[in-house]
Amino acid sequence: MIEFKNISKHFDEKQVLQDVSHIMYSGKTNLIIGTSGSGKTVLQKCLVGLYEVDGGEIIYDGLSFTKMNDEEKKMLRQQIGMLFQGSALFDSMTVEGNVKFPLDMFTKDKESEKIKKVNEVLERVNLVGTNNKLPSQLSGGMKKRVGIARAIVLNPKFLFCDEPNSGLDPQTSMLIDKLIHDVTIEFNMTTIINTHDMNSVMEIGNNIIYLKDGKKEWTGNSKDIIFSENKNLNDFIFASEFLQDAKQMRMLEAKGKKI
Amino acid sequence: MRFFSHFGKYFIMLKGMISKPENSKLYWKEFMHQCSEIGMGSLGIVCIISLFMGAVSALQTAYQITSPIMSKLIIAQIIRDTVILEFAPTLICIVLAGVVGSKIASELGNMRVSEQIDAIEIMGINSKTYLIMPKIAAALVTIPMLVILAMVLGIYGGRLTVGISGIISTETYDRGLKELFIPYNVFFAMMKAYTFAFIVSSIPAYFGYYVKGGSLEIGRNSTKSVVVTCVVILFADYILAALLL
Repeated sequence: MIEFKNISKHFDEKQVLQDVSHIMYSGKTNLIIGTSGSGKTVLQKCLVGLYEVDGGEIIYDGLSFTKMNDEEKKMLRQQIGMLFQGSALFDSMTVEGNVKFPLDMFTKDKESEKIKKVNEVLERVNLVGTNNKLPSQLSGGMKKRVGIARAIVLNPKFLFCDEPNSGLDPQTSMLIDKLIHDVTIEFNMTTIINTHDMNSVMEIGNNIIYLKDGKKEWTGNSKDIIFSENKNLNDFIFASEFLQDAKQMRMLEAKGKKI
Repeated sequence: MRFFSHFGKYFIMLKGMISKPENSKLYWKEFMHQCSEIGMGSLGIVCIISLFMGAVSALQTAYQITSPIMSKLIIAQIIRDTVILEFAPTLICIVLAGVVGSKIASELGNMRVSEQIDAIEIMGINSKTYLIMPKIAAALVTIPMLVILAMVLGIYGGRLTVGISGIISTETYDRGLKELFIPYNVFFAMMKAYTFAFIVSSIPAYFGYYVKGGSLEIGRNSTKSVVVTCVVILFADYILAALLL
């Protein structure tokens, strides 16, 4: 579980986050949603310590991350996996090298055991037989899956995903969503996903926080969204007529009326 | 003001780089990889430049020594001393600032922009220690070796030229090399080589590591790193000469 209280962050004159507080639960896919520039990525980078917060506190399983020294943060980060928006795979390494990198760095396993573990994880993300491919030889969806494989290879307790569906077609997006959702339950991880993909919100949003202009505007789950009367949230989620119709249908379904 | 900000950030980077490696085996592998990249990767250009440096020095020295009362041995001595004292350490390191420095800056810059450095940090690895320290260590090992090679090839290039063009015989050239040789000059050249090796690797690393933006900024920072490295090398050259000679 990750709890953050009154997180604030500014860059130069611009206040990007203002007193944001929330709890992210383990075994659930926790979503941070909001328009571009609402502070989603900054919040996630603050949570993992890539940005120092101006104020507030971040607590990982009861331990205050903001009060930890560099060495303690380093130790905690070994329990964190992160999937970046652009996958952030190491160009000079093969798929196997990328996934094996955390194992090489932090375990003393034999080479054969590491390869076995890598193959298991690659199988989990449906990438069997791609061990010797370079990132430049992979499609966008495959890169994301290698990113997930690298993030979960050390069985982390916390998984962060920054817009895992950006640049992917709807079918691949759903596969990635399902994969993240499944591994979250399988490994009982606390997963935090930044997204503005409505499919993800409706399909895997167990615990959602909606940011607007750096402030927490709304919180709930995918079912609550349907009945929400928050205008800003509705304008953001149900921006198109198609989605507005979908909302009406779901509301009627929920009320047990015939469509 | 901006200069002091860069200066401070540069030293903070160097300080942050010093920490216990998470896995010495992996760091050793990275160090060896960098030795190969910096050392072997620059070997060809260093050989070509050194040979021509000696050859052109020989021709130009002979051209300027017209007095019949001057000993011909002096041609070899001038080539030897200019190559050892200045050409091999300074000129080669300025070339390496372009070859190695731009590579280090663009490699780290690309890693920063594509969030690979963030990925390393998130794993709980000190990215400065893992990415920058092996590069500086490898430069400190390989660049002085390249400078020694440049000295030998520069002097040999001069020997080849005087022999082929008939300025003086190779025997006279060899005799000239041995006369009035000051071993301290080699020590001085090596001091320069180590100093420049540190500059050639650490300044581009700074410019690459702190890139902000996209590919345009990577290119800009890479060029800036080469220019700054060359200026700092020349400045350090002057300081070392004033202090040690």
